[in-house]
Amino acid sequence: MSLKHFDSIGIGVAFSPNLKANLFEAARLSVFFKAKLFLIHVGEASEEKAKTLHSTLKIFEKDNIDYELVFKTGNPVDVILSISEENNIDLLILGAVQRERILKYYVGSIARKITRQAKCSVLLLIKPSIDRIPCDHIVVNGLKDPKTEQTILSAFYVAKKLKANTVTIVEEINQDEVSVKVNDDKSLRKVTILKERIEHRENSRVKDVISHIPEKYAKDIAIKLQPIFGKKGYSIGHYAQISRADLLIMNAPSKMTFWDRLFPHDIEHILTELPTDVLILQ
Amino acid sequence: MIPKKNNTKDFIKCLPKNIFSGFVVSLIALPLGLGLAMASDAPPIAGIIAAIVGGIVVSILGGSHVTIVGPGNGLVGVLLVAVSSLGLESAYVAIMCSGVLLLLLGFFRMGTLADFFPSSAIQGMLAAIGLIILGKQFHIMLAHKIKRNDTIDYLIEIPYTINDAIHYGNKGLIFAALAGIISLSIMLFYSKIRNKYLQLIPAPMWIVILSIGFSYYFEFGLHEANPIAKEYMISGVPAIQQIIADLSFPSFNGIWSFSFLGSVLALTLISSIETLLSIKAVDKLDPEKRRSNVNRDLKALGLATVGSGLLGGLNVVTVIARSSVNVNNGATNRSSNFFHALFLVIFIVFFSTQLTRIPLPALMAILVYTGYKLASPDIITKMFSIGKEQLFIFFITLLVTLKIGLITGILAGVIATLIIHIIINKSAGLFLRNVLKPNVLMFKEYDDTHTFYVSVKHFCSFLNYFRLKKQLDTVPEDQDVIVDFSLCEFVDDTVMENIHNYQELFAKRGGHFDVIGLDKLDTASEHPFALRRILTVPKIIKKNLTRRQTSMEVLAEDYNLTYNSKKDKAPSFLNNFLFFNTKKINHIYNELSHKNSDISLFDIEFSEGEFIAKEVIRTTMLHIDLKQSIPEFTLDREGFLEKVYAFAGFKDIPIENHSDFSNRFYLLGENETGIAKFFNDDITRFFESNPYYHVESNGNALLIFGRERLASVKEIKALFDFGKRLNEVIKTSL
Repeated sequence: MSLKHFDSIGIGVAFSPNLKANLFEAARLSVFFKAKLFLIHVGEASEEKAKTLHSTLKIFEKDNIDYELVFKTGNPVDVILSISEENNIDLLILGAVQRERILKYYVGSIARKITRQAKCSVLLLIKPSIDRIPCDHIVVNGLKDPKTEQTILSAFYVAKKLKANTVTIVEEINQDEVSVKVNDDKSLRKVTILKERIEHRENSRVKDVISHIPEKYAKDIAIKLQPIFGKKGYSIGHYAQISRADLLIMNAPSKMTFWDRLFPHDIEHILTELPTDVLILQ
Repeated sequence: MIPKKNNTKDFIKCLPKNIFSGFVVSLIALPLGLGLAMASDAPPIAGIIAAIVGGIVVSILGGSHVTIVGPGNGLVGVLLVAVSSLGLESAYVAIMCSGVLLLLLGFFRMGTLADFFPSSAIQGMLAAIGLIILGKQFHIMLAHKIKRNDTIDYLIEIPYTINDAIHYGNKGLIFAALAGIISLSIMLFYSKIRNKYLQLIPAPMWIVILSIGFSYYFEFGLHEANPIAKEYMISGVPAIQQIIADLSFPSFNGIWSFSFLGSVLALTLISSIETLLSIKAVDKLDPEKRRSNVNRDLKALGLATVGSGLLGGLNVVTVIARSSVNVNNGATNRSSNFFHALFLVIFIVFFSTQLTRIPLPALMAILVYTGYKLASPDIITKMFSIGKEQLFIFFITLLVTLKIGLITGILAGVIATLIIHIIINKSAGLFLRNVLKPNVLMFKEYDDTHTFYVSVKHFCSFLNYFRLKKQLDTVPEDQDVIVDFSLCEFVDDTVMENIHNYQELFAKRGGHFDVIGLDKLDTASEHPFALRRILTVPKIIKKNLTRRQTSMEVLAEDYNLTYNSKKDKAPSFLNNFLFFNTKKINHIYNELSHKNSDISLFDIEFSEGEFIAKEVIRTTMLHIDLKQSIPEFTLDREGFLEKVYAFAGFKDIPIENHSDFSNRFYLLGENETGIAKFFNDDITRFFESNPYYHVESNGNALLIFGRERLASVKEIKALFDFGKRLNEVIKTSL
């Protein structure tokens, strides 16, 4: 199990009213992770644009921020993907869109395409802010999946860097694992016992994963385990929302076909309704 | 969680009680079965066959505990159409096919089917069925048989029939109409008279007994022919030999016609809805608080329906009125359903000729009453108090059902509800985007409390209620649940009603069911079931106090008590009393209480039974919190009925050296030695020398009341005094 550090961070830059907030979030992250920041703009390079970006990021110079501007024209999806690959970007930051009037966020069509195709980790931000909102609580998935061990380790790495104090590991358990259906008191009793047994099994599996995490990452962080019987990928988002998590960390999906988009599962649920900031780890 | 019990021993111990309640139920099932079958244009015996086959099959294979099955009133409308459009032979085949479909519904675990229909639409459909029954039978009840094509025409012609009946010249018709009117008054006023001897026989059986008695009186007393016209007597109740002889293999000709398939679908839909609604209601009444296996019941009912159709009977469904009578008479398991069938067999074998002495109008009066209960104005006022939009849905369903048919009617109701929800929220997107999402999250909180936390997102209406239900059903009812709607933008009345049912169920079984997050959603009416959305309509209703209330207020001042006239809808402190095990508490009000003592006196409204067997009772009770534990017991005056109950397996506990007390009082309870110890000389003498009250202990509190009606101010004083002195006697003697 090797930990992949975030050494380079990329962000797509559009000259919108949100520019300053987006840049500030990205800059803060690159300071936390001591990573190089790539500002990717899809469009013609111009003196004026560069000047705006430089002046916005001036305030971070005292933190020794290292950043680079990249200008390229073309299809936004292709440009951002190709530049992140060329520069070996580890983490790509994308902004979400808020549904009008109500407090609901989703990922726009371009960001969604990038998320699906990106070969690096992706961070989706719902409410970029100029002032830092502390990240206290991180929710991470504890699915039974080969990638999960890596994901949990990275979650602790991120938690340490962002100075979070709680990490909740959510074990989503498919309802189908409970082979008995609730019909009456007798079957209800059976189901309750069966569920307890499964929860116990899942908890011990995750505890085993936690025991392998290096002391330097796990120190001073409260760890909570929460088994949930529900739809994979959806219930964890729901949980992150009601537990008011500041960041949700998930495995990247294994493969993506046409059918997965038509019948959304796992990550696709999260993309249509972002519960909080989401980090998808590659 | 309930521990495992010794099943066989318990079963035998409870057998007498179940035979007794099975007998009482069969007394209602007989006239209802005959009447429902005749209302469906089928031979009268068809209803009895359905009850017998259903009772035997479902009691052996079913998954519910205290339900009674038989011919259902909801099906009358559909069966009528099936019999008239297909003919009786094919109608039986349709019944069998619907039985097969019901069986499949059970196998595919479609017990949730009834949850997909908005409650206002179901109410509208049931009211339409009620009007169909009432409209058609009303004319026969007044001895004025007519035949019309449209159900609405029957309703319109009711005034003409009344007019005709007033001007009858024919003696046969006058007597027939009189039989109908008297029977209807028996049905109407029966529940108003709280006499235990009268109540021993259910109202429909009184009608049967009185009309058979009437006919014998004319035959042997006056040596005259029965004055009721021949065509208004029940005809063709075959003897048992004849039923067996008439068995024939059903012909499957013409089963591919459109009307046949429509009938099969309608029969299946209505019988499953009626069954599921009934099971839900009966589970709330079950004294042992068990959970029914709905899917297993559906399978058993399907099989029973196939058998019933084969033998020339109607559809078998779970029926609410008979089931509630069953519970009220002390049934504890499915065997009472079996015995109800057995008693029906006995009636048919031995008394089939007596049944032909029943006049048709008398039987139809029972059905008119049933129909009235289904479509009673109370339902409309209830709908209106939930919200005006509910009334709209209700009437759309009602009118379409009457005009076109049941399936179209309920579909119209569903569509109307959906459109109204979209208009109220000014957004179709809310529903379209989110209807397929698994919007319910439940998990057990892993801290000390182990509470089940349920969060619902987006919206919760009849469209996706089944997801919430699925999660809630996996929680044992003695646990704590919190349902959080704070992420919801819209919650409809169907969900609110069901949530309310869960709250009652959890309260009865010792759990807690809390709902949070509704405060930010507002309602248009004050009713607890009103649908909730973001909107502000403040509404303040101020009520005047009645005379009794003002005199209670004065009394409170005189005696230094606090008086509260407000209704308390969920008096949880009453749930542990045995008395309320099979009764539903509506609310308590007019509460008088001492500031620093544990005695409180209040008026209470509760209901017993469901549907046509439903009786709403208001009475005044006294509650004493003893702050110490005593054995659980029930104490009442000894009477004839208790002797009857003693046959059925209830035991009176004798108190030594106090034969006067033992003779005059009837003492019940499980912990016999504890009770005998508790009733020491002081307490026994206190009861011997004071007026009679029904006294019940739930282990740490006493419930005391006199008659089953509200107490006058004088009686309130007496009751209060009795309670105070009893409290002191118990305190000093313990």
